[in-house]
Amino acid sequence: MSVAFSETGRAEFERLLTRYPDGKAVILPALHLAQKEFGYVSDEAIVYIAGLVGTSPAEIEGIATFYTMYNRKPVGKYHVQICRNISCSLLGAEHLIEHVSKKLGVRPGETTPDGKFTLAKVECLGSCGTAPVMQVNDEYHENLTVESIDRILDNLP
Amino acid sequence: MEKVLTTHFANERYRRMDTYRQYGGYEALKKAFAMTPEAIIDEVKKANLRGRGGAGFPAGVKWGFLPKDLSRPRVLVINADEGEPGTFKDRVIMTRGPHLLVEGIVISCFALRAHASWIYIRGEFIREARIVDEAIAEAYAAGFLGKNILGSGFDLDVTVHRGAGAYICGEETSLINSLEGKRGWPRLKPPFPASVGAFGLPTIVNNVETIADIPWIVTHGGETFAALGVEKNGGTRLIGVSGAVNRPGVYEFSAGVNLKDIIYNHAGGIKDGKALKAVIPGGSSTPVLRPDEIDVSYDIESMAKIGTMAGSGGVIVIPEGTCMVRALSVLMNFYAHESCGQCTPCREGTGWLKKIVGRIEAGKGREGDVELILDLCDNMMGRTICPLADAAVMPAQSFIWKFREEFDRHIGEQKCPYGNRF
Repeated sequence: MSVAFSETGRAEFERLLTRYPDGKAVILPALHLAQKEFGYVSDEAIVYIAGLVGTSPAEIEGIATFYTMYNRKPVGKYHVQICRNISCSLLGAEHLIEHVSKKLGVRPGETTPDGKFTLAKVECLGSCGTAPVMQVNDEYHENLTVESIDRILDNLP
Repeated sequence: MEKVLTTHFANERYRRMDTYRQYGGYEALKKAFAMTPEAIIDEVKKANLRGRGGAGFPAGVKWGFLPKDLSRPRVLVINADEGEPGTFKDRVIMTRGPHLLVEGIVISCFALRAHASWIYIRGEFIREARIVDEAIAEAYAAGFLGKNILGSGFDLDVTVHRGAGAYICGEETSLINSLEGKRGWPRLKPPFPASVGAFGLPTIVNNVETIADIPWIVTHGGETFAALGVEKNGGTRLIGVSGAVNRPGVYEFSAGVNLKDIIYNHAGGIKDGKALKAVIPGGSSTPVLRPDEIDVSYDIESMAKIGTMAGSGGVIVIPEGTCMVRALSVLMNFYAHESCGQCTPCREGTGWLKKIVGRIEAGKGREGDVELILDLCDNMMGRTICPLADAAVMPAQSFIWKFREEFDRHIGEQKCPYGNRF
């Protein structure tokens, strides 16, 4: 099944084209846009972007799989990404990951059966002064404790 | 102490154009337009401004590498990829003072005779990218960006380009490839970006903090900026302190601040009254220090003298009771994950480091594993296109050199004496 950007998505894509001297530079922003519009970067989205940019799907796939933020498979409604790097680890991130894993009943990389949460361990989020940190979709949550992480996850609709 | 960047950061409104201008924002740009590009570059050279991204290269000298002939358009790319573990200062500039960056870009582009600039912001910084985008929109609306800026005849377009999750893109040639819509593979040099960079054009890549310092330098003069720091290290630095301290956060200090003073005085000492075990002084790639080594000036040369680096200004504080093998294992997982896979010594080497350090921590270390790690390090250091392999080697070697007994004990006892957790 083929996919296409919405009207606003298409307008954003056209605007992006004006911001670079080379059309291929829009590939990363176009992949972000595809993920926003389609939920993840599907095979169809890759073919679609290749067509828009005028290159091969193989080239787009090579780019999409190089970067960790492009999800080549669907993720849950909330993508719970907990930092496991050094400053967060020193302040208990390992324990938090174990706690959330138990709480949601999934291991890192898995999605809950109801499709609400995908749990992930990620590398440094660049917020080490407020460690431990997690990113849920677009939002950072900082200075996490077991209590605050429970409150945040329990309050997500 | 005089502050260059953070004076108004407590004011939430400072990120808006009107408040920024109330505090004198964009006056430096007006002053710059009355100067020649060469005079501005001269002030930056006098300022002893060293690149704040980690390598510490003198910014004015870097600018001087652009070819003299103006037949090809040149561009300025801002490195806002901030991915070095322990580093979180550029995020503070982008959220608290985005106009410092925008004004710095306009002045710098005028000095470099560049008419296009991209700000490459790491993909996870979605909120930060939005705030910078808003600042750019305000600058266009106020006539500080676009065509014929302030009637000077100078044109400039600035665009935010978001990354998508790859530590390697903080390396400038990798960042350029990523900006061009490719995988973030570092390029062989030469040619250097100053002659063939983004889109084949002469390109300067500078860190966010480096460029945010430019308006102050233009306003107060390079020599005044230089005097805020120490010899060869002009100005102030934003230093992020994280890990086990009572007051973690980003601080602005003279470039010659004492490292021990940062930790014990400004950051409030070690959390829970514990003793200090180790300090990773300038981001996760910089060689670790023991507590008896930290009474040192944080400037680039003094840190080099004791075999480490001020790097990207990320001080990571490790308390007594931490298993150093486990800490190194966390870092080796990171570098193995982030190796781009282009060069064999790095792709294979980071994988082996992760595996061997991981098995030592898991109580399955073998006789000779420590020597094997050191041998691997020798075969990685300096043998790759970019410094990611070196970045993995420096912590591996220094953790072993300075905490060897912990590695030996893990192997001898076939278990982690700290119980396999932090």
